[in-house]
Amino acid sequence: MESFFSRYRNVLVLITVLLAQVIGLAVQVRAPGPGPADKGGVRLIRSWVVGMVTPPERLFRWTGHSIRGVWFGYIDLIHVRKQNRDLQTQLGQLRLEEDSLAEDARQGLRLQALLGFQEKYIYKTIAAQVIGTSGTEQSHVLFIDKGADEGLRPDMPVITPDGIVGKTRDVFAHTSQVLEISDATSGAGVILVNTRIRGVLRGDSWGQPQIVNVSPDERIKPGEPVVTSGGDGIFPRGLAVGSVQRVVSEPEGTLVNIQVKPAANLSRLEEVLVITSTGSQMPSQMQDDLSQAEQKTADILAERLPSRSEPNAAPAASGSTAAQQPSPDTGLPTTPPPPPPAEHPDRFSMGATPPAADMVPGQPISPNAVEPTGGSNPSASPPAPDDRHARPATTAGSGSSGSVSPQTAKPGARNQGTASQHPAKPAPGSPGTGSGSTPQGGN
Amino acid sequence: MALIASSRHEAGSRSFPPLVYILAPLLALGLQSFLSLHFTSFDLIDLPLLITIYYGISMREPMSATVVGAIVGIAQDALTHHPLGIFGITKAVIGYLAASLGVRVDTENHGSRVLLTFAFTLAQTGMLWLLERRMLGQPFAWHWVHEIIRAAANSLFAVILFALLDRTRRES
Repeated sequence: MESFFSRYRNVLVLITVLLAQVIGLAVQVRAPGPGPADKGGVRLIRSWVVGMVTPPERLFRWTGHSIRGVWFGYIDLIHVRKQNRDLQTQLGQLRLEEDSLAEDARQGLRLQALLGFQEKYIYKTIAAQVIGTSGTEQSHVLFIDKGADEGLRPDMPVITPDGIVGKTRDVFAHTSQVLEISDATSGAGVILVNTRIRGVLRGDSWGQPQIVNVSPDERIKPGEPVVTSGGDGIFPRGLAVGSVQRVVSEPEGTLVNIQVKPAANLSRLEEVLVITSTGSQMPSQMQDDLSQAEQKTADILAERLPSRSEPNAAPAASGSTAAQQPSPDTGLPTTPPPPPPAEHPDRFSMGATPPAADMVPGQPISPNAVEPTGGSNPSASPPAPDDRHARPATTAGSGSSGSVSPQTAKPGARNQGTASQHPAKPAPGSPGTGSGSTPQGGN
Repeated sequence: MALIASSRHEAGSRSFPPLVYILAPLLALGLQSFLSLHFTSFDLIDLPLLITIYYGISMREPMSATVVGAIVGIAQDALTHHPLGIFGITKAVIGYLAASLGVRVDTENHGSRVLLTFAFTLAQTGMLWLLERRMLGQPFAWHWVHEIIRAAANSLFAVILFALLDRTRRES
């Protein structure tokens, strides 16, 4: 018996080691626990290994960053001034675009509130640096330099400004493992922006993200944007995922897979953001940004658009000027200026039309009722029944002369719409913008 | 530095400093994780596998090589999100085979090292396919051309790495 063990010692050790690991595998696969992260001894082993491997990686990372910081921060600063000017111009353009979207956003919020829809907003993110990978093709995971001590927990979304990256899996004290969306065991709820087709995004065995098991649809075209749907309970709705690359039919079955080109460059990740907190209310910072965007856009437009005030015209009324004086506290005007008097009053001018109860169908409007405040103008008197055909020409001419051009009216209308939160700030040189006579501007 | 393998007699009278036994696997795991982040193609190379093969053919003790392979493999598993034991099983087998062959074959010349590494890399991928696809039911990509390129890349890298590790051995 003793000779048997000594003779087959090596094989017995091999069998013992393999058997122990197979049993360990079976236990892990059968009872993975309620969450995606490991429990007990497995987690302890992972923690030890990560604790031994990541410190040198942090050191490498820190050294590389220091060298690059010296180079890019002090030496390689050519064309920075020109780039800064270009960015300022671009910023102005973006503010204009932001303003046009702000009203839509507010309208969307109101509609969501009416429907009881629960939107998730990103409250807080933590920036983290990527320090390593699994090192194998079979496992698409990353290691970041933030962990439980910084407030991270398993199943938190990890993103970049370009798009989503994945979610946290195992979280250790100062390091976390991130499962990328390109891994075959990952999953994220997504929606195609144009066709509104929903699906589950996961990687194939080669690490190519794809939306699996989708019904064939001819409308799905390459290049269509894909965003998160929020249906997975992890990623907030509306985050960029990527774009459709191509549609692949399954060998068997009638469903198709949609290959997606990720918006975030998953093979060149250096910094990521971990979303640690979300909520159903729009964050105060975002609300402020939204309001300030409208305010700044009005200023930009006022600087760019031509002034309506004529150089030879008499100075404006003192009341109007006083009304536009900025408040000493906020620097913003306290009350909007009064509307300018109509040069050619007509039936469209405010107060010129009699109440509906006094009007008789088929009869012309009484001259007394039509008499506006500036009724001394003979052109404003109502025409006789026999010259009724001349009225449209008159009204059209007066309407155009007294109206505000669409370009100057738009910022006024915006300001009117936000008057409940911010005092209206009319654009300098465009007194008509804050007249308050534009009904569509109200909320 | 000359990339010349030592003779069979010389190799038999040499051993490694204890520190190398600990540092080399750790360094292999760390470099594998770090370099794959910056060089995407580096994940073709499997440094822990090369370390396991080298220890196997150098120590020529199947029992020790099995244990070393299992430990290195489990450590590699710990850096993935897979269950612990997949790489552990494969590397334990590779360590055992490498040590068994090291007793019978002259593993001190570069030709045999290249061939052995090529064969062991393919063998490891085959075992991984068996474990992941058949035993665990996980998706596993297999493409012959890709696997042969991977095996060839590991073989060439092994020549340089083994020569470097040879220099850490000392006369016993």
